[in-house]
Amino acid sequence: MTAFILRRSLQSIVVLFIMSLIVFVGVNLVGDPVDMLINPEADQAEIDRVIRDLGLDRPVSEQYWYFVLNAFQGDLGRSFIFGEPALKLIVQRMPATMELALVSLLMAVVFGIPLGIYAGLKPTSRISKTIMAGSILGFSMPTFWVGIILIMFFSVHLGWLPSTGRGDVDTFFGVTSSVFTLDGLSHIFLPAFNLALFKLSSVIRLARAGTREVILQDYIKFARAKGLAESRVVRIHLLKNIMIPVITIIGLEFGSLIAFSTVTETVFAWPGMGKLIIDSIYNLDRPVVVAYLMIIVVIFVMLNLIVDILYSVLDPRVRIKGVS
Amino acid sequence: MKFSKFLMTSFAAIGLSISANAADLRVGLKSEPSSIDPHYHNLGPNNGFATHIFGTLVGSDENQQHYPDLAVSWKPINDTTWEFKLRKGVKWHDGSAFSADDVMFTVERAQNVPNSPSSFVTYLKGKTFKKIDSHTIHVVTAKPYPLMPNDLSTVKIISATAGNGASTEDYNSGKATVGTGPYKFVEWVPGDRIVLERNASYHGTKAAFDKVTFKPIKAGPARISALLAGDVDFIDNVPPLDVARLKTEKNVQLSSGPSNRVIYLHMDQFRENSPHITAKDGSPIKNPLMDVRVRKAISLSINRDAIVSRVMEGIAVKAGQLLPAGFHGVSENMKPDPYDTKMAKKLMAEAGYPDGFKMTIHGPNDRYINDAKIAEALAQMLNRVGIDASVETMPKAVYFKRASRGGPNKSPEFSFMLLGWGAGSGEASSPLKALLHTYDKSKGMGAANRGRHTDAKVDALVQKALATVDADARGKLLAEATEKAVGENYGVIPMHYQVNTWAAKKGYSYLPRTDERTIVTGLSKN
Repeated sequence: MTAFILRRSLQSIVVLFIMSLIVFVGVNLVGDPVDMLINPEADQAEIDRVIRDLGLDRPVSEQYWYFVLNAFQGDLGRSFIFGEPALKLIVQRMPATMELALVSLLMAVVFGIPLGIYAGLKPTSRISKTIMAGSILGFSMPTFWVGIILIMFFSVHLGWLPSTGRGDVDTFFGVTSSVFTLDGLSHIFLPAFNLALFKLSSVIRLARAGTREVILQDYIKFARAKGLAESRVVRIHLLKNIMIPVITIIGLEFGSLIAFSTVTETVFAWPGMGKLIIDSIYNLDRPVVVAYLMIIVVIFVMLNLIVDILYSVLDPRVRIKGVS
Repeated sequence: MKFSKFLMTSFAAIGLSISANAADLRVGLKSEPSSIDPHYHNLGPNNGFATHIFGTLVGSDENQQHYPDLAVSWKPINDTTWEFKLRKGVKWHDGSAFSADDVMFTVERAQNVPNSPSSFVTYLKGKTFKKIDSHTIHVVTAKPYPLMPNDLSTVKIISATAGNGASTEDYNSGKATVGTGPYKFVEWVPGDRIVLERNASYHGTKAAFDKVTFKPIKAGPARISALLAGDVDFIDNVPPLDVARLKTEKNVQLSSGPSNRVIYLHMDQFRENSPHITAKDGSPIKNPLMDVRVRKAISLSINRDAIVSRVMEGIAVKAGQLLPAGFHGVSENMKPDPYDTKMAKKLMAEAGYPDGFKMTIHGPNDRYINDAKIAEALAQMLNRVGIDASVETMPKAVYFKRASRGGPNKSPEFSFMLLGWGAGSGEASSPLKALLHTYDKSKGMGAANRGRHTDAKVDALVQKALATVDADARGKLLAEATEKAVGENYGVIPMHYQVNTWAAKKGYSYLPRTDERTIVTGLSKN
């Protein structure tokens, strides 16, 4: 196990390095941050000063070299716009995005698995058909549009839930989050649901497909023949066996929930890293874009590792070996 | 079961938040300032926001007219010296007294903020500040300098005590954020909110709200729904498309007014072979935009009324020069060009292009209100006079680099560009100096002259105006320069002035600002 984790970590470093090179060169091909930063009334001398101060007059290779040198000391550069370390800006906004991603993941699992299993067990019932039709909608409707519709209906029309921002936060066991306050919960409900919709649909479909497959297996027939209660068959024999694909997807999707919560965060003005990255891309705040993508790579690599370890726990046939 | 309980409690929580103090204000902002440090980033959202907390020597009202703020009077005492008399009895938010030392400290610091992406050097260089007594400052320049009050209206005065050794981070955290403005700083949670409270000892008209919370809401539809849902009381940058609908909402009060921003066209006037212009069959031709008759024909072929009413939904004012009426230095003789395709075709024929030519219009698609749509409409109009125009729009992040220095030797890359210019100083000298004076790096002139228009007479008029302290005489020179550069030379073609719209909940109205800023002291109950 240790060797496995070690080897994985080494691979991650290679991935990280290649990624940094691609991203760094990529962001440097687009536009010029000076035009985004400077007051239009500034004269040529001031424009030149800013270009010099930001190091933009240097060749990209040289800029990359300094980036790598600093990165080894834990410094991923300073935001052009905020003048603060890029890493600090991202870490500052990470809790908001994490709690949003976790709440929507929870929604996707808590609603998705039971609905999917139901649709798999009774594929011809009207309820199942409604669930499946709903999941197609969840897949195909654009997040931005759904977000606006949710706001228009629940906030503007009914006036039930707030439309924007993060609510009050509170701290429990050293974790500061808005899910510990009522105001915070009321604020997180709509954006989390908006973000969860797509994942919810995929979990439903996966759970349904898994159920349809597993339910025909001999061990299910045997369990039933033994006279086990249907609820026990579903809970123990079925659920465990459909979880492998579901966990894979949840694990990977959690990464994408974090990385691509940008649209939801923009619609709901959620002060997370997704909003930061979108603004940074629009304004060519290169250090923040690079640092963000580095962090996302690390998150994905770690999630994959966790998924692999969970496999072996769930399915004894999967064994993690130190050597391949 | 648990879920319904959760919903119930959530609603209860909302009920509580609605009954919050009536003297509190929540504002939905399109652009969040990048820092609370008033000297870190010289850009619209920062400068506008800082006005709540910090004062300036010279105030700038909603029409960019000057009023005494921390200075009670200012006047030139000789050709090269301005005297500022400071207001007595002004208290900083920490209770200490304001004096000339704070001004001396400010002008030093404002030019030396580390990592500043756009600094106030633009407004402070070439000026020597001298403290005469505790409430008198002299500013000396090498040559007569009329724009002294305009320049100093941009620089926020900070406390020498609180600001001593303070970094940008200290302002962001509030440690050094001590001003003289109508509001005191409480906290900033980046991306989430900025909170201010009333300054009870403000020297001017006291603030109307006990507490103001600014929330950055970038997306237009989200900003509007936040207002409709009652989560904010006041928003800026209402998209024109939504104005008609908001007018029908009885709980919403709209305020709009023209800005100092003109949307105009820049045309390549320095290359014999312009990269994006060819004959209709694609063969190279001599750049037709060098000929003033062609430029005039283009202006005459623009149906400005249609652009205002159709593309801009009526939320714009057609333009005939660089600034709307009422600003200093605008010409009283200039009107927007009429829509006259017959005359345009005749001019094209006279210039030797009876069959027109082929050209690409370049423009941004996320910088000005409806910018991409304007470019599309423009292309259609030019097609009618025989110019085969195609449109290429791109995000501002890509556009401005290419428009300014995307070509060989850092020359402007495009032939025909859609752009906008906001006169920060509130005077015609700002666009004349930047857009129409000959590009001259050593003098700092024509920095945004992307068409490289050049005319010795215009240069002479602009330079003379910039050295004429007498306001009336300067105004006349600027008007004359505009008539020559825009009216005769068609150095640029003005299209329309942008109109900005703010929306507040019923019972409040906002005094629209020409500088496009959102400053809550302009919001009043009615």
